Amino acid sequence: MAEFSPSNLCNLPEPLVLDSGQVLSDVRIAYETYGELAPDKSNAILICHALTGDQYVASEHPLTGKPGWWERMVGPGKPIDTARHYVICANVIGSCMGSTGPASDGGDGKPYAMRFPVITIRDMVRGLIGLLDQLGIERLHAVVGGSMGGMQALSLAANWPDRASRVLVIASTARHSAQNIAFHEVGRQAIMADPAWGDGDYYARGETPANGLAVARMAAHITYLSEEGLTAKFGRRLQDRPDGTKGAISFGFDADFQVESYLRYQGSGFTRRFDANSYLYITRAMDYFDLAQEHGGKLANAFRESRDTRFCLVSFDTDWLYPTAESRHIVHALNATGSPVSFVELSAPNGHDSFLLPHRQLDSIVQGFLDG
Amino acid sequence: MGETAASLRFDLAVIANAIADRPGLRALDIGCGDGALMAALRDDCGVDARGIEIDSGLVERCVARGLSVVQGDANTDLAEYPDKAFDYTILSQTLQTATRPDLILGELLRVGERAFVSFPNFAHWRTRAALMFGGRMPVTRALPVNWYATPNIHHVTIEDFRDLANEVGARIGRSWFFADERPISSAGANWRAEFAVFELSH
Repeated sequence: MAEFSPSNLCNLPEPLVLDSGQVLSDVRIAYETYGELAPDKSNAILICHALTGDQYVASEHPLTGKPGWWERMVGPGKPIDTARHYVICANVIGSCMGSTGPASDGGDGKPYAMRFPVITIRDMVRGLIGLLDQLGIERLHAVVGGSMGGMQALSLAANWPDRASRVLVIASTARHSAQNIAFHEVGRQAIMADPAWGDGDYYARGETPANGLAVARMAAHITYLSEEGLTAKFGRRLQDRPDGTKGAISFGFDADFQVESYLRYQGSGFTRRFDANSYLYITRAMDYFDLAQEHGGKLANAFRESRDTRFCLVSFDTDWLYPTAESRHIVHALNATGSPVSFVELSAPNGHDSFLLPHRQLDSIVQGFLDG
Repeated sequence: MGETAASLRFDLAVIANAIADRPGLRALDIGCGDGALMAALRDDCGVDARGIEIDSGLVERCVARGLSVVQGDANTDLAEYPDKAFDYTILSQTLQTATRPDLILGELLRVGERAFVSFPNFAHWRTRAALMFGGRMPVTRALPVNWYATPNIHHVTIEDFRDLANEVGARIGRSWFFADERPISSAGANWRAEFAVFELSH
């Protein structure tokens, strides 16, 4: 991973007391903002990013040079309208884009590496609340998140019910299923099986477990797409060979199929912008996520104090990572507590990733919910 | 936006007017469509209105107008709501499409203190005449779709409805009857009314 300088840094004045009981001090949160904060600070929208996302929701990524990860949704005149709203997006703790994580200084001049405490989704939100406190924002107009971002939005609503008026959760879940955990474990094992990982203490050596991280990303990437989407995009089509041969198998183990080549490209591209240890810590946090279990085993208990909060949940019919049933489960809990909730399952061909892709109905719902 | 009770379909206008003077009241509109009634209840009456709608395109329109609507199936999803969560449940022109109208009626009064139910009356003289003289399943203004394509799988008459209400232990309160989209008296309603709206309680 290359060096870079995030544009905004917030040093939290208080240490974070984590769910594990450990204390994380000198916490730094890297964040981006878009639009102007109203004088009464009533127009702030917090966008929470997903597992491998970052604070560059609507601006160029400093390492890849690619546009923001949700630029089609966030901007002037877009569904999350920065002409009217002050949008905040912060890198979660445990990540690697400027907020405190395993690559940060552990207090002795050396990176934390595996000395970094295991964190939870709620701990990530503790960091975000710390940022909001520093920005003087008591109540958000809305908290918005897809995938792991949705978990943070739910956690914020459940644990800090007076901090957001609206909660928008897209393609997410209130708990990680056995299948979710299983896929993450494959990724973690791939990283830890890479000899370059060396118990996570690779920062000084200059060699990173890029091969393991790439395999982790490849496995995860499959879960973000639908079978239908993969078939439409690649089918069994073959890659052009380096020697110019077209449409022939190699009787070897090069990337014969286009889908193999695509996954390899996704995997290697990812290792240039993401820290392997961050991947371990964040996937762990997601696996530990079970909002009901945090609240006495009953999901409705999580939303007992949310009657003045408006919720909107959106799922996609081809998302098999966090299928519609998971969103419905949350909706039923919100119905049980009488919280105002909207829910819709949208039809989209691209599986879990659909929330990042153009979708007219999604735009209309996001805009309507945030304006209503 | 700006839906008013005056611009509502006749049966919805009756329901909006019936609870117009009760701000803060909680209502669940089952099969809420594009949310016209909910918007009127919210904007004109200050009602805390929620909705259930099966069609994602219609849910989208509801959310876009700032309403709280859950995509779901009235036949199964009412079970997820706690007892007496609402002052009123509303089922407009949906009863005759239900898999089990009797069970839905029970659920309406479990989830709500009171319920409004509106439906097309199959015993209207036009329907009777169409069957009697045409000898085929009636296609009328109130029931405009052929038998094979109609969503109305459980045709019901006003007298049938009274019997069912009695059977499920529901007490009929106010009632309204319509022909040509205009209110008519209750006299001979089972012949004369194309549509009926009933208020139910336990």
